[in-house]
Amino acid sequence: MTATASGAAGAPDTAARRLAGALHRHPRLRLTLLLTAPLLWLAVLYLGSLGVLFVSAFWTTDSFTSQVVKVWSTDNFHALLTTPVYRQVVLRSIGVALAVTALCAVLAFPVAFYTARVARPRWRPLLVGAVLMPLWASYLVKVYAWRLILSEGGPADWLLRPFGLAGPGYGLPATVLTLTYLWLPYMILPVHTALAQLPAGLLEASADLGARTWRTVRSVVLPTVLPSVAAGSVFTFSLSLGDYITVQIVGGRTQLIGNLVYANIDLDLPLAAALGTVPVVVIVLYLLAVRRTGALSSL
Amino acid sequence: MHLSRPARIALRLAAGLGFAVIYAPLLLVVVNSLNPDRSASWPPPGLTLHWWATAWDNSGARSALWVSLKAGLGATAIALVLGTLAAFAVARHRFFGRETVSFVLVLPIALPGIVTGIALNSAFGTVLRPLGVGLGLFTVVVGHATFCVVIVYNNVVARLRRTPGSYEEAAMDLGAHSLRAFADVTFPLVRPALLAGGLLAFALSFDEIVVTTFTAGPGVQTLPLWIFENMTRPRQAPVVSVVAVVLVALSVIPVYAAQRLSSDTAATSRV
Repeated sequence: MTATASGAAGAPDTAARRLAGALHRHPRLRLTLLLTAPLLWLAVLYLGSLGVLFVSAFWTTDSFTSQVVKVWSTDNFHALLTTPVYRQVVLRSIGVALAVTALCAVLAFPVAFYTARVARPRWRPLLVGAVLMPLWASYLVKVYAWRLILSEGGPADWLLRPFGLAGPGYGLPATVLTLTYLWLPYMILPVHTALAQLPAGLLEASADLGARTWRTVRSVVLPTVLPSVAAGSVFTFSLSLGDYITVQIVGGRTQLIGNLVYANIDLDLPLAAALGTVPVVVIVLYLLAVRRTGALSSL
Repeated sequence: MHLSRPARIALRLAAGLGFAVIYAPLLLVVVNSLNPDRSASWPPPGLTLHWWATAWDNSGARSALWVSLKAGLGATAIALVLGTLAAFAVARHRFFGRETVSFVLVLPIALPGIVTGIALNSAFGTVLRPLGVGLGLFTVVVGHATFCVVIVYNNVVARLRRTPGSYEEAAMDLGAHSLRAFADVTFPLVRPALLAGGLLAFALSFDEIVVTTFTAGPGVQTLPLWIFENMTRPRQAPVVSVVAVVLVALSVIPVYAAQRLSSDTAATSRV
């Protein structure tokens, strides 16, 4: 069988064999062949673009011709720090991201506790799937859904009318609400995993030592879940901070840092680039802070 | 932990409410696509399939669907190649900077979309415009591929880590050369991960809007871009709801398939 196979294939087989032998003997060559294309794409094209963007934050724009002037200056960053509007928008964006993160943490806990410890074990994987699935249902459609819900005379108003209330309409609260909805699964999943891995013995020990349910939750469950909340918060925080589409759709006139970047792209790219570095720097600082809790290794 | 009966009931109710809140908005879009009232009044006065027929005849939405499919397939193809290469390098070799590779790969989805978007936009402007290549479908594919690579990479690396290298060694001990061992042993083992990663990459590309905004040339409109542009036009409102349902279905179905394939929830956790 081998004889006929190699006989029929003949030369190409020996060529393939020789190539295979060469690759096998030279792991460095193999590695080079494997890594060249992905590294060219990601490191040269992507990191290169990011680098140029960052450098262009130090250029300026001629206000007459709106041509980019490639002279090194820190004017953009100076403007960023001294213009009250920019400062306000940056602080507002960070506030929104923190509010969304806090809301997600509070909402995720009961849901995750149910899926990890209360629901029947047979149902748990299905429930996790049910949490995951909406993450993949189009971002834009979910925001659109909230635009419909919060529209004047829409479902929110209709639901609240019997209580003599009205929906929040479009604006800052609507933005926080919608972003919370968008990123909630990112918080539920790590909290669920942490709760599912919590050894039952710990909880029993706590009960044996006389702790009531609430005491156990406070002294045993919450401390063990905290790193996972921190891990989930990386997503809820950074995704909220960079968002500009949700604000445009449900935010009314609210401006967040993303809108400022977007508004300046055509007029003043260097300023837009400088503004764009703000969320990146804040996210990196946030990541460094979270890393101290040891949460990143559980990602 | 021993939970009292009321505590159990309270948790069950809270979780039920949580799931209701997660799914109600999506259901609302479906119901709204059947709402006979043009201005989407609530509650709907009845149900109709009229807008589905209208949407089918809408040439803008249709061509946007084609553009999205093409962009998704192109980006997935590139991501499959690059992601698999990187996964094999990291899982099967030791080298300086190995830890950095996954960091660089995840960067395009870890950074805000608008930063990735303007970075690529200005790079395309400086590099491609002098060559006479403007923004178009090609640049959308390049942009999407950049953030899809990590999805394929994660899936394939996870599979390779669970597959011991001894299988390949056994094949080679039996006389197969390394390429044959790859074709007959390794590739069939990673095929499900490739398929799952490809489906997820497609789903991610299919509903992406931010990077698309900055990499699409004039006249190139993906489905999300079409929805975004038409969302505020009252005349198009019912058709937007229909297209939104289609968009959700076309991105969730591949994910469902991928989840069945990998039987591992971690694989579909998106990051």
